[in-house]
Amino acid sequence: MWSSPGKLRAKGIIGMNRRNIRYIGRYNNRRLYPLVDDKLKTKLLAQAHGITSPALIGTVATQFGVKHIRQMLDGHAGFVIKPAKGSGGKGILVIERVEGGQYVKPSGLHLTLSDVERHVSNILSGLYSLGGSPDVALIEGLINFDTTFAEYTYEGVPDIRVIVFQGYPVMAMMRLSTAASDGKANLHQGAVGVGIDIATGAAIRGVQFDRTRHDHPDTGHELASLKIAGWETLLLLAADCYEMTGLGYLGTDMVLDRDHGPMLLELNARPGLAIQMANGEGLRPRLDLVERQTEARDAAQRVAFAQHHFARHSELETGLALAPEQAGA
Amino acid sequence: MSRLPFYLVVALLLVAGIALTLHRHLQFEVPWTPGEQRQVWEIEAQVNFRADGGPAKVNMALPSSQEGFRVLTEHTASPGYGLTYLNENGSRRAEWSIRDASGSQQLYYSVQVLVAPQASPAMAPPPPSPVDVVWERPYDTAAAQVIDRAWSRSADAYTFARGLISDFSDERQGENARLLLTQFDRVPLLVRLLNQAGIQAREVSGLMLEHGRRRQSLTSWIQVFDESGESVLFNPATGEQGRPDNLLLWEAGGQAVLEVQGGSNSQVSFSMLSRNQPAASAVRRQLAEDTGTLLNFSIHSLPLEEQALFQTILLIPIGALVVVLLRVLVGIKTSGTFMPVLIALAFIQTTLVTGLIGFLLVVAVGLVIRNYLSYLNLLLVARVTAVIITVIAIISVFSVLSYRFGLNAGLTITFFPMIILSWTIERMSILWEEEGPKEVLIQGGGSLLTAVLAYLAMNNPWIRHLTFNFLGIQLILMAVILMLGNYTGYRLLELRRFKPVTED
Repeated sequence: MWSSPGKLRAKGIIGMNRRNIRYIGRYNNRRLYPLVDDKLKTKLLAQAHGITSPALIGTVATQFGVKHIRQMLDGHAGFVIKPAKGSGGKGILVIERVEGGQYVKPSGLHLTLSDVERHVSNILSGLYSLGGSPDVALIEGLINFDTTFAEYTYEGVPDIRVIVFQGYPVMAMMRLSTAASDGKANLHQGAVGVGIDIATGAAIRGVQFDRTRHDHPDTGHELASLKIAGWETLLLLAADCYEMTGLGYLGTDMVLDRDHGPMLLELNARPGLAIQMANGEGLRPRLDLVERQTEARDAAQRVAFAQHHFARHSELETGLALAPEQAGA
Repeated sequence: MSRLPFYLVVALLLVAGIALTLHRHLQFEVPWTPGEQRQVWEIEAQVNFRADGGPAKVNMALPSSQEGFRVLTEHTASPGYGLTYLNENGSRRAEWSIRDASGSQQLYYSVQVLVAPQASPAMAPPPPSPVDVVWERPYDTAAAQVIDRAWSRSADAYTFARGLISDFSDERQGENARLLLTQFDRVPLLVRLLNQAGIQAREVSGLMLEHGRRRQSLTSWIQVFDESGESVLFNPATGEQGRPDNLLLWEAGGQAVLEVQGGSNSQVSFSMLSRNQPAASAVRRQLAEDTGTLLNFSIHSLPLEEQALFQTILLIPIGALVVVLLRVLVGIKTSGTFMPVLIALAFIQTTLVTGLIGFLLVVAVGLVIRNYLSYLNLLLVARVTAVIITVIAIISVFSVLSYRFGLNAGLTITFFPMIILSWTIERMSILWEEEGPKEVLIQGGGSLLTAVLAYLAMNNPWIRHLTFNFLGIQLILMAVILMLGNYTGYRLLELRRFKPVTED
């Protein structure tokens, strides 16, 4: 039921208090927060830096604009509506397709236009934003996600979270949505977190609800064979975000698009700690190692450094070794 | 980045807080616990005299705070008389005056004295060095012989005084002593002899405190000073050294206790009662009158209504500390950071069980109505306002219903902070939609647990007593909270959360 502080420290696990004081407080200048807290600013910044991100269909900034949302959505089969200043995945509405004037969520739930309008109106009045301040709704094109991952996810798009510390990608995980998480990639809502080896982009370990998993709970597909193609490109993209924002302790959320490769979805100045669970390893030794680096390196060198030092072997059993009782579990 | 300034600030706050608290405790005898009893003496002095039929003036010595006792309050009853309090050379006196009085007169003076073992001695300054004492024959030789005899058998002022007094005690009186006693009263004689030997001494009057005694009179004592200015009391009858615990010095300046002009047959008699009262209330009265310096800065100097308000305000840091502890050290999730403190404040008014039932009822009904409001597609501010009105309606209905059913406790539900409740309902409703009922239970339960713990802390009589009487506690709390804000260790619930990682 309980572990001891000594055991956690031995594993290098970082707690919430340490993350807040030692890393976020020290390396993230509050002045820079708006760059990542406002998804619209992040998007524009990413475009200016040549970092690929999902296409912007439009923004709604006024309640008056809500009435025109229909024209804006016309011609788009699928789209995502999100608050510019939302946090923790709150207020993100994913519409997979439009069927006879009804909007269909990945779960198959049908929404009417007024449901969508109410959602946008809620976003504008600040329901999902930090501190409840008035907000802007962002409408983005749906990502044509790479079908190689279709077996590893239930509805929703699997996204990849890379923690970038002082420009070094230190730890990564893939978040696979499940039925329990309603197609969202939030671990505390029941998504599966898969630790990814920084060196190769291959899966190391899987967890759901903080417990180890070897397969996807809905598709039943084993996780051991999961390997991300174009891993180095993705790491470079993540490492570039350090120069882009200036934030020292950064969570970068990326998706793999069928046509455009890795895309920056959003940035997080207060990335959560669940990534340690997914990797079965604490962040501390890696952060300490990066803190000891005095040499100035560019993004490519930092990625190479990380790939060299943070390599790991998979703990997952391969499909062949998967025992029947575990497959059924 | 040096943390030194931070630790300096924390240390400074701690030292200042502890110093202020100790000062309050030692200087004003504010007790550490609220239930502590203190003995208070009520002493009444009755002055009787026969007025000659013309202007009269009565001048009486009054007791001051002194070693072992602290004067709390004093009153006089003297119809028709003008009254002034005088302060002469460190001793207090009351002076009654009247233009025309005849016949038997009674003046009353009553004083409440707190038994305070730590009270500082505030004695009148020593009398001026004795001038040459002149005796008539044949007393001069007798006096010289008595002094010589005692002098040769003593080492310092105190042993001399003791020896002198014992020479005058009944069974060992020598011829010289008997001769001197025929002419002089014992106590003035002893003081005179001491002065002649070059020792500062004076006659003081004290009252032996005994519960329920009436028509008592003052007894005379001899106060002897040594070269360093320290003084000791001697019993003039026995030569016993030291002040009995129950002796209250009424007149300590070597002056007359009572002086009456324009009257005769004057006398003063005392009656006294002792009773125990909670130390806090004794102290409160004392602090209320002591508003002189900034160091004595005290909430007790405010009007009673504001004092009651401050009693609550000063508790809020305690509630906030509970929240900080639970969030930083335990890791409990609450809905709204300090919402539980406000709920706990409401619990103080409603009592715990009524408060809990009321809170759950209001939130549950509010959630149902809020659920309907979400279908109306309203703007956020308008919707929360609608929830506020709903909450007010719920509270009104519950109040009226509980009153009709004879449950007066239900009326206290109005103490709940309605706007805070509305936001709680709004947030929980959104949480329900987004994360499901489980998260609502976790956060709602966390908030209630925090509120109950904060309530238990804030309603604890000992904590109430400490926060209200010792403002230094606030500085200590500040230091503790600063330290907690610097804590980088694990939270209790993280030990559970991260356990799977350590299992491999």
